[in-house]
Amino acid sequence: MLIELLIGAIKAIIVLLMVLNLSAILLWFERKGSALIQDRIGANRAAITGVGRRLGLPNLGFVNTLMADPLKLFTKEDFVPAGADKFLHALAPFLAMFPVLITFAVVPFGDTLIIGDRHINLQAANLNVAALYILATIGLGVYGVALGGWASNNRWALLGGIRATAQMISYELAMGLAIVSVVMTYGTLDLQEMCRAQGGVWFGWLPRWGIFVQPVAFLLLLTAGMAETKRVPFDLPEGESELIAGYFTEYSGGKQAVFMLVDFAEIVLVSALITTFFFGGWQFPWLYPDGFHLPGGAFFALPNVAVAIIGIISFTVKVVAFCWLQILARWTLPRFRYDQLMRLGWKGLLPVALANVVVTACVIVLGGV
Amino acid sequence: MVPPSYFMGLSAVLFCIGVLGVLLRRNIIIIFMSIELMLNAVNLAFVALSRAWGNVDGQAIVFFVMTVAAAEAAVGLGIILMIFRNRETVNADEINLMRW
Amino acid sequence: MPLLPFLFLAALSIIFAAGVILQRHPVHSLLSLVLTLVVIGILFIGLDATTVGFLQMIVYAGAIMVLFLFVIWLLNLQSQPIEGGHLALKFVGALGSAALIAELLVFVLHLPPPVGHSKPLALDYGSIGKLAQGLFTDYLVAFEVTSILLLVGVVGAVALARRTTAGSAPGGAP
Repeated sequence: MLIELLIGAIKAIIVLLMVLNLSAILLWFERKGSALIQDRIGANRAAITGVGRRLGLPNLGFVNTLMADPLKLFTKEDFVPAGADKFLHALAPFLAMFPVLITFAVVPFGDTLIIGDRHINLQAANLNVAALYILATIGLGVYGVALGGWASNNRWALLGGIRATAQMISYELAMGLAIVSVVMTYGTLDLQEMCRAQGGVWFGWLPRWGIFVQPVAFLLLLTAGMAETKRVPFDLPEGESELIAGYFTEYSGGKQAVFMLVDFAEIVLVSALITTFFFGGWQFPWLYPDGFHLPGGAFFALPNVAVAIIGIISFTVKVVAFCWLQILARWTLPRFRYDQLMRLGWKGLLPVALANVVVTACVIVLGGV
Repeated sequence: MVPPSYFMGLSAVLFCIGVLGVLLRRNIIIIFMSIELMLNAVNLAFVALSRAWGNVDGQAIVFFVMTVAAAEAAVGLGIILMIFRNRETVNADEINLMRW
Repeated sequence: MPLLPFLFLAALSIIFAAGVILQRHPVHSLLSLVLTLVVIGILFIGLDATTVGFLQMIVYAGAIMVLFLFVIWLLNLQSQPIEGGHLALKFVGALGSAALIAELLVFVLHLPPPVGHSKPLALDYGSIGKLAQGLFTDYLVAFEVTSILLLVGVVGAVALARRTTAGSAPGGAP
């Protein structure tokens, strides 16, 4: 009994640390990646010992982004504007952080790890209604943003908060319907079962990943996910040239750091969801629980630990690839206008999502899949 | 193991808190929220009894109560918005045009 | 559901529900209501009705309460002291509520258990498949009528909240 609790706690801590670390690394990705795209160098000055510069090595900006900036943010004065609702102003960043982090509890990052006679499912919490849980936590993520904007006693922040809330609840629908069509395809709400069902091959060589079965749902989830997490091109709520910083204008220091961390954690969340639903999660092509079965017929046996580790690495690589895709989209596309955004959500994505559900249902019933 | 009567007791207490809210507060939005609280108390009773009987009927009823509450909230808040536009107040005492 | 978690969650829900009716600022009331709904959702999940519990959090706490929040913002409601006056109404109301609580509690706590109480629960009791089976077979008419009701609600809400002079309805583009 105690061992079970300990294993569960270790899995939860591992997932949490993976997410927070990845969010921090994404900060560096964003700065250097945007610099690459915009044909400039980016942050490259701060260094601790100066040994690298003397040796002629390029400064990649790690110290700058990962040590100097967070240190600066956390040691800044924590300013609460006059007339603001102090309690809600302090609560809002953490209210925004909480749903994002707890969603990762159901994302599977590997197959079963067998130690001795104990089967450890590499997923922090094994819910059999995991897809519903994800929709619930995404729905609760609206409150942190809404209250952050309202509690600042600042009309630009309120405007950003209202826009953000309306945008988030509009794109939740398309996202939910995309998830529903994936759930219909696999017949289960459990994410680990969905990942397992994406093993195997078609025609002897094509991995059975979800994207080949539900391409429209993939595009819907990608778009709606980026809109839900208020990333460019949907970042009008934090419109940097229009609303100063939108709903987190009046936040400084540690709370602003938490809001920015929420932004990056949500990038990781959307990437993790896309990976799990459409790209096989932790599945590596042609890798089965007992080893590699290559298309030519070759078979390489592998111990269970190696299979699990390859699964974890494959999951991480896929998540990082989609994070990079979202960062690329941010620095390439211009921002939507607010009415264009709303029109896209309600008149564009929602009918396509509904049509996708209907077509999926027809194929399942008539095709007997 | 908690007997279903405990859940119904909790449901009764929450319902009465909702009734108190409707009677004591004069702000229409708070009255509305107390009504939602009453609906949820009833939902809790339905789910508890559904589990006690072991069938899904109570949960289906809860599903319908939720959707009806959503529709009612939408229309009711629309009415409140119109009242506010005309009367500039959401205090239930000041909306007394139809009183004698 | 074991007793101690139930007592804790019950106490939480009563505290938050009292917070709904006792707070001065409408937004604080709303947040208390959201927390009450989440706790009730957790109680649903504890009662093995997992689908309905998560639906409660998605629909009620995630959507309906956001609608309330929007309306409170639109009306720009500020913190108001709890209204004085109406002492007769408050006194009789409190007395009546206390009587109601006492009577309901006495009745409810001495109920005999329902007939099907000792049967073991089906393995997929609260699952979405079971609920969907019930909805689409036994309660099909109610299901379809509810969808029409929602359509009527949407049309009614848009028609009510539309401004007659300008073209845009509030709550959309600012």
